[in-house]
Formats: sequence, C-alpha cells, structure tokens
Amino acid sequence: MEPGRLRELQSARLREAVARVHQRVPYYRAKLEAAGVAPGDVGGLEDIGRLPFTTKDDLRETYPFGLFAVPMEEVVRLHASSGTTGKFTVVGYTRQDVQTWAEVMARTLVGAGADSRDVVQNSYGYGLFTGGLGIHYGAELVGASVIPTSGGQTKRQLQIMQDFGSTVLCCTPSYALVIAEVGREMGVDFGQLPLRVGILGAEPWSQTMRHEIEAALRIDAIDIYGLSEIIGPGVSFECREKRGMHINEDHFYPEIISPETGQPVPEGEYGELVFTAMTKEALPLLRYRTRDISRLLPGPCPCGRSFRRMERVTGRTDDMLIIRGVNVFPSQIEEVLIGVEGTTPNYLLVVDRKPRGLDELEVQVEVSPAVFSDEVTKLERLSERIGYEIENALGLRAAVRLVEPNTLERSMGKAKRVVDRRDLG
Amino acid sequence: MKAIQISVFLENKSGRLAEVAHALADAGVNIRALSLAETIDYGVLRLIVDKPARAREALSEAGFTVTETAVIAVQMADRPGALARVVDMLAARGLNIEYLYAFVGTRGDSAVVVFRIDDAEGAISALQAGGARVLSAEELSGI
Repeated sequence: MEPGRLRELQSARLREAVARVHQRVPYYRAKLEAAGVAPGDVGGLEDIGRLPFTTKDDLRETYPFGLFAVPMEEVVRLHASSGTTGKFTVVGYTRQDVQTWAEVMARTLVGAGADSRDVVQNSYGYGLFTGGLGIHYGAELVGASVIPTSGGQTKRQLQIMQDFGSTVLCCTPSYALVIAEVGREMGVDFGQLPLRVGILGAEPWSQTMRHEIEAALRIDAIDIYGLSEIIGPGVSFECREKRGMHINEDHFYPEIISPETGQPVPEGEYGELVFTAMTKEALPLLRYRTRDISRLLPGPCPCGRSFRRMERVTGRTDDMLIIRGVNVFPSQIEEVLIGVEGTTPNYLLVVDRKPRGLDELEVQVEVSPAVFSDEVTKLERLSERIGYEIENALGLRAAVRLVEPNTLERSMGKAKRVVDRRDLG
Repeated sequence: MKAIQISVFLENKSGRLAEVAHALADAGVNIRALSLAETIDYGVLRLIVDKPARAREALSEAGFTVTETAVIAVQMADRPGALARVVDMLAARGLNIEYLYAFVGTRGDSAVVVFRIDDAEGAISALQAGGARVLSAEELSGI
C-alpha cells in the first residue's frame, strides 16, 4: 500500500477505535478522561501520543471481560494466557475479529511462501493458547491442507510428516529442534521429505538457532511475532527475505517508546514495542505496552511489501520469562513456594536450553531450617511437591533443586531471581 | 531418654564436609559418630557429638542449615545377635525405623546404635520393656 494512503487509513481507524472504546468501555472512558482526551481531540496518527497507554495491569484490573467493547453475545471466542497473579489474561474475539485474525495469519503464511497446495502441519498447541487456532484459521483461509497435530508426541509428528507429506511446519523454534533431533534418531532423512518451510514463533530465538534449524530440517525457517492481547500470532511476520518482520500495521499500529519515559524513541532505535489494535471489535486496546524490546527497521524491504518491519525481539522490559511459549513470572514461582513452605524462601530461576533441546527451567530453592528435615525422603517429597505445584500453576515442568542457604547470588540487597542461560545471541 | 543428633543440610560440592569439620573443631566439639545420606544434589549429614548445643550454634554461624533431631541411642553388647534382638523389639510393636547407624564405644566391649523412629516415645517404651539399654543425652555425650 502507498504510504500516504496507509497513513490515512490508519488515522481513520485510530479515530474509530478511540471513539468506540470511549463510547463502549467505561474503563477506557475514565482513562481517557483522566488523560484529558476527548474522542474529538484525536484527528489521526499525529495525536496518538496524547492517548494513555494500556498495560497488563489494566487487563488484570478489568479481569476477565472489563475491557471488552462488545456484549458477550457478539463474542465468539475466548483465549487466555497465564498472568502474574494467577489470573489469566483473557482476550475475546467477535466473528469479524476471527476473520481479521485469519486474514493477518493468511498474510503471514503467504509471506512465508505458502499457498493452497501446501500441507501445513500445525504443531502449535491448540487450546487456550492462541498459537494453534491462530495458525489454523489462517492456513485454511489460504486454502492449504491443515493437519492439526498440536504439540507433543514427536514420533507421531514425524510419522505424519513423512506419510502425509507436510510441506510447512508451524511450531516453536525449540520444538523444531526437538523434531529434528528425534527425526535423526528415527533415521528420517529430511533432505528427502517435501518439507520446505518452518513458521516459527511464540518464544525468543536467535539467528544461530535459525541456521541450525534450517540445516537440520532442510527448510527455510521463518520468524513470526504476535501476542494474544493484540490478536495472537499474526501481528508481524517475516517474508522470504528474512530481514525483519513486516507488521500488519493496517490493523496493529506500532510505536517504539522508551520504557522509562514513555516517549517515542528516535527512528530506528531500540525501545519497548507498543501496539494499538485499531480494528479489533471485542478488545480494541489502545497503545498496549508489550514489554518486548525491538526496533523498527528503516528502509523498504526487497520483497516489495510496504508494511514496516520490526527486528526480532531482543529482550523484555521486565523479568518475565518465556519458556516453551509459557509466560513465567518470578512472582508466580514465589507464590508457589510461599504456598508450600509458609514463608518466602530465597530462590533462583535458571533457564537453560540444551543443544537441540527445549527450554528448561530449574528452580533452586534454599533450604531454610523451617523446611529442613534430617530425613532425605521428606526433603525429596518437598522438592517433588514444589515441582508439582509449579506445574499446576504454570503448566510448565520445572526441575527443583534444593540448595544451601546464602548460596544464591544477591545484588544490591535485592535477590537476583533469574539467570537466563539460553544463548539467543 | 531421647538423645540429640545434629542434622546438617549439605549441597554436593567439594569442600563442604571439610567446612563442617573445621567449624566443629574450632568450637571444640568432638564428633562421636556420623552418617551421611546422599542424593544427586545434596546430602544430609547426621552427627552425634559431645556438645550438641555448641555444635548447632557453630554450624549455624558458619551458614549451614542445621537442626537438632531427637534420636534413640541404644547401647548393646558388641557381639553377634545383639542388634537383631533390639530390632525385634521394635518390629514386634510395628515401629518403623527411618534410618540407623552404629558406632563402637571407646571401651570396645559395647556398641551404640542410633535409631531415628517417628514414634520415639513408643520406641523407647518398647526398648525398655524389652530390657534394652537406652542412653540419655548425657550418657551418649559422655561415651
């Protein structure tokens, strides 16, 4: 789309979004009034800086449906992801939103080179997680043959991949490596398979990992980006140039701001990604702070698409970890430990990724006199219970290791809670 | 008639046991007996010492997680069948032994077996009824 026309469209959609939330979402009306902004004040994109930000806290405060801009009878789908306080982040979609989502996902698939002749093996999890169904609807819209394998059962995945002739694999990058590894063990020759593209996302990964996946599976590995608050997968996508992800900015308007000041950073510089979901009907978020660090890439893409590109996400503005696609906050682990032990123990989260393996979380817990026992079986039961409760709360398996007190590193009086050893360099 | 054992949490890294030994030596504590239960990541060191209170204090100060555990020390003749007789007394009452370890007294004619049993009261009454010699904390420290 020609840049001037795109800007006009974005301005019109932003105006509509502001008017809609002002009219339909009391929480937003109050927020706008507190910021001293009336819908009439927003003429277009040039006024976006006047709008208040939306944060995860806003979603939590209005849990579960307080930010919805339509009555529930118009909501046809709900998804959720785990949040900081045990509460989910809930997102809703109208019929139109589901169509929009399918459309932006179709662009994503086409960007990766997929079309109606492709057999798409979708190994993202189906369920509350937006990954599975997001890809699914997009792939169907493209007209591809979708195999909804969901995640796990890797040998079965490989069997299907071989027998059904999958040409496109959609999953997390770390799972792509697991498939490669298990395939090797099974004696699968990926060079002989029709598989040619991997559409990979939902967790941070590196260029090195991309090369590894491409070499192991003999495919093009394409990076995609999304978050459920904005729509799910489909917010931005790489084309076959693999030089940054084109943002579907006719729907999701991007800004890069300084996380400290909230002010926009100079063009091309790194900062926090902020999106306004202008066309969403059920959940039109204004200036949502993703806490993801990235930057907008200057200049046009050789592919000819005019949508701007963002660089792969290089970090998080807070301590949140994304492990195997699951959001993990240290505070969640802390809650579990308090629940098990009765007091706040000192602990450390160590995230690692074995070569060609999934992300692994180890929770190191200092053994206080209160929980210490002279009986090894009781200590083993303690770590088992912590592991069980963590899996229960987060849906993520963690290795629990009991350590001696005062062995965990502290900095400036504040305990260091996270060591991320994943090499995403 | 319960005796006191000092239990210490130890991570499996080199030098930790040496640090325990040094902390006790510096505090003038003599170790009578010890046993170590280990897992992949950590171990639990159990100590019988001559001065339990001082041992606990010294180890806490050295940064170890340490507790006092009530155990039962039984003195028995150092000859075949002695342990069997004592264990039979416990089994007859359905008492479950969590763990045990033994040492030979300085005089050489008797052995001491340290039992960790959840129902310590029940165990002591069973042992005394059976005629076993259950040592008090003082007696054990003095051996």
